[in-house]
Amino acid sequence: MRLSLSALEIRKKYNGIEVLRGLSYSFAKNGVYVLTGPNGSGKSTLLRICALLETPDSGRVEFSSEGSIPARDISLRRRMTLVLPKGGLFNDTVFNNVAYGLRLRGINKKKIREIAGSQLESYGLKDKARQNALTLSSGEAQRLAMARATAIAPEILFLDEPTASVDRRNCGIIEEIILGMKDRGSPMVIMTTHDMKQAERLADVRLALEDGVIVAC
Amino acid sequence: MSSILGSILKALSLIFHLDRELLGIILLSIRVSGTALAISIIAALPLSALLGFRKFPMRGMLINILNTFMGLPPVVVGLFIYLLLSRSGPLGFLSLLYTPSAMVIAQSILAFPIVASLSHSAIVSVDPVIRQAAVTLGATPMQVSLTVIREARYGIISAVIAGFGRVMAEVGAILIVGGNIAGYTRVMTTTIALETDKGNFEQALALGIILLAISLGINSMLHVVQKKGPAGVGR
Repeated sequence: MRLSLSALEIRKKYNGIEVLRGLSYSFAKNGVYVLTGPNGSGKSTLLRICALLETPDSGRVEFSSEGSIPARDISLRRRMTLVLPKGGLFNDTVFNNVAYGLRLRGINKKKIREIAGSQLESYGLKDKARQNALTLSSGEAQRLAMARATAIAPEILFLDEPTASVDRRNCGIIEEIILGMKDRGSPMVIMTTHDMKQAERLADVRLALEDGVIVAC
Repeated sequence: MSSILGSILKALSLIFHLDRELLGIILLSIRVSGTALAISIIAALPLSALLGFRKFPMRGMLINILNTFMGLPPVVVGLFIYLLLSRSGPLGFLSLLYTPSAMVIAQSILAFPIVASLSHSAIVSVDPVIRQAAVTLGATPMQVSLTVIREARYGIISAVIAGFGRVMAEVGAILIVGGNIAGYTRVMTTTIALETDKGNFEQALALGIILLAISLGINSMLHVVQKKGPAGVGR
């Protein structure tokens, strides 16, 4: 089962200002899509609309799974996730943050320990499992947000400025993780960044947004 | 000064040689206030969640009323319950006046707005990004609400402790509806008032010290809870 999505004629206004102006694009292939563009170009808004966090004023997002259209319900939302730029970590242990999405899905405790343990290991947070997530450095917090998101094995992973507030070392670690996804071809990654060089390093497909439309592919 | 010191010493001796009557008074205080608090929590938490998560007509007014009722004078509540429960009142047939149940009702009404209003504040002050994070990870609307409540847990616990502090220290309402009947509705605060009137300061002081110790315990819990909360971990 592979999920893909298309944005069709998306328009969105905030306080009377049109952020997206009839944007259409089909994210059909697996790989890493990188959206670049200046502040206010609509990158984050597009991501949030595609991740079903917001609804467009007009236009629609269509999902397709193996040629059929999946029902628009909680099970569709659970096949994708978005890592917010502010992280949104819970005031709980690092382990419980990673386990959160798994618990929502009713996965048994043993399996949760197994998955969360291996996630913490691969994101370099194993020794911090019992620490409160809010005490982590910004780089560690971003890694935890990524570990929490990928623990649920999403088919589409949206990343909104994943390295915006992290140091060079953590930025390198996060890029390595995204490159790993690129090599495996799973999950499909749709991310935004300000950093053009990063876009070059990571992208299978680069998309430039300006004034609410895609101006170059 | 020496008489105060003497009273304190006698009070301490009374505490160390706790008699059955004194123990009964302390236990009744805890039982009445504890039950009242439990009832107010059961009623207040769903309301605070409703006010925090749903928008509906008169919501703002309801929040205003709750905030105003946080400072409800206990004697007014006592009077109101007295009128309801007195023989000629609408609930007189229940024969609850001058029983511990009447005291529980009065204290529940006093604690309810405090628990509801402070819990509501705790819920609405949770960063909106928490709600979004829960949604992105696949939470249903109910799971999102539970996550936000969980995130507000330290504030909600503080609300409960504030409610407990209010009812434990309260005297006006329970004196009116309980009647301060020895061995039946006499609690710590009403005994202190009575013994002071009688000039029996040792007994009053002994209970005062125990009451203060319980308050200190409550505040220490509050302190520990708040230290564990987000502020304590330097977000």
